[in-house]
Amino acid sequence: MIQNARVVAALSMRSLRQAFRRPQFLMPIIVFPSLFLTVNVGGAGRATDIPAFPDVAGFLDFELAGAIVQSTMLSAVSGGIALALDIESGFMDRLIAAPIPRTAIVVGRLATTAVMGVIAGVWFVSIGLIFGAEIQGGVPGALLVIVFAAATAAAWGGFGAALALRSGTVSVVQGIFPIVFVIIFLSSAFFPANLLLEPAKSISDWNPMSFIAEGIRDPIVSSISAEPVLEAVAAIAGVMALGALLSIWGLRKRLAT
Amino acid sequence: MPAIEVRQLERSFAGGVKAVQGIDLEVAEGEIYAFLGPNGAGKTTTVRMLTTLLKPTAGAATVAGFDVVKQPGDVRRAIGVALQEAALDPLMTGRELMQLQATLHGIPKADAVRRGDALIERVGLTNAADRRVGTYSGGMRRRLDLGTALVHEPTVLFLDEPTTGLDPASRGAIWEEVRKLNSEGTTVFLTTQYLEEADQLADRVGIIDDGLMAAEGTPRQLKAQVGKPRLELSLAEGTHDACEKVLGRFGEPLPPKDGVVVVALEEGAAGIAPIIRALDEAGIVVHDLHLVEPSLDDVFLEKTGRHLEGADTDEQPAPEPEPA
Repeated sequence: MIQNARVVAALSMRSLRQAFRRPQFLMPIIVFPSLFLTVNVGGAGRATDIPAFPDVAGFLDFELAGAIVQSTMLSAVSGGIALALDIESGFMDRLIAAPIPRTAIVVGRLATTAVMGVIAGVWFVSIGLIFGAEIQGGVPGALLVIVFAAATAAAWGGFGAALALRSGTVSVVQGIFPIVFVIIFLSSAFFPANLLLEPAKSISDWNPMSFIAEGIRDPIVSSISAEPVLEAVAAIAGVMALGALLSIWGLRKRLAT
Repeated sequence: MPAIEVRQLERSFAGGVKAVQGIDLEVAEGEIYAFLGPNGAGKTTTVRMLTTLLKPTAGAATVAGFDVVKQPGDVRRAIGVALQEAALDPLMTGRELMQLQATLHGIPKADAVRRGDALIERVGLTNAADRRVGTYSGGMRRRLDLGTALVHEPTVLFLDEPTTGLDPASRGAIWEEVRKLNSEGTTVFLTTQYLEEADQLADRVGIIDDGLMAAEGTPRQLKAQVGKPRLELSLAEGTHDACEKVLGRFGEPLPPKDGVVVVALEEGAAGIAPIIRALDEAGIVVHDLHLVEPSLDDVFLEKTGRHLEGADTDEQPAPEPEPA
């Protein structure tokens, strides 16, 4: 057990170093959502004047949750790309030839993706505070946002890992970028669900990303409320369970080839 | 107990491609066994099965006494593996990679640091240990890969084409290390497409072609199977017919090769002096002569009907410069 934890920690540390030493892994997680947030808030800042727009202190406060979930999904894709790169380069063979549990390879990667989620959470909470947003839930609220960001990144990371393991190629994992945006924009991450048109509204009502975004948004724009938080926990757990199942299936298929 | 025992091992891939078609082999403890064959012969597929990276379709294999299918964990603990195209993370330093490999093999941190440093020194990378692997030359990468394969002191070492693409100096360094490891008791199973490598390093050679074992034995035994040494003579113009007549008295004449007269020497090198005397007495001027021993390529030709790829080019890859 202790040895397995050591292996997971070592693999996770190696993936983290990889992320910090290869800017193309880290930059999309921070730079792209930050730019998107800047453009959105700068260009559509008066969206809060729209009748029926939720009662928030500012558009930046509302949009922070969107930037965070976007960043966590991009972390998941980056993690998948890094895993696919290991498969393409043969580094995965080095791990498979070692006397370690196979699941440690995936768990180590997901642990790194969770850390990237923490980094994203801290970054956007800091950016928000610097540019005038208020975290209504206070320090506990900010911590909850960061925990949700970590869990969301790891949960979606299962899908990235599954795709990497099943395809074994970087280009296939990169190819899911458009789907990431479809999932985000068909949710309430960047725009209130009650203002979306059909069929986007109905899709958003069932999209787990909406529940996750609302769970992250709640401690920022109001206080910590039980319903959105619990719904977010359930959505993250569902995504995580499905992602884990798919990645285990992908790993089995990869080991069988 | 043999270090490696393989019985009717097979591996098929999607589309019905049979990469390995039922091979048998045995490698004794402390032996260097070279698995020789051209690209696509089934060498790497065999190594991947023996190192538990790939499940066999049929047959059985044991490594260090453990079944590769039923006891893969035990096999992995017993073996060291350096795969083709050294699978190293270019963003890690040599020292980090060594530490990671040690952790994967359950070596406690203090031991891992000590062993890692000793191995880095052993493979001659002390000065480059804290540099990222991406800055290493091909030879340095192979040496690091070899070092990481040794971190848990394996009893059986698998080297998949360890010198492919390396310059002669780097190749020599790897050979020296392999010999040293073997002298310390490590069994070495290496695949190669270089005849010279198999000839220089191996106690025994297995020749694989098209997924089947074509021949097996010591290099000397294999060469002895394909015939005797031959003498190749470059002559003055217009003397070929007369020369062949003289040579016919000493051995079996062989077809001329690029204008060079060739004769098989029934009594080996001892037959050279009488031939030279006879040619001299017949007034035939010899410009050049070479004694050619049978090579593993001759063995390959005899067993498969074709030459091993690259055998005619002396298998020397382009030198690879070491970065500053």
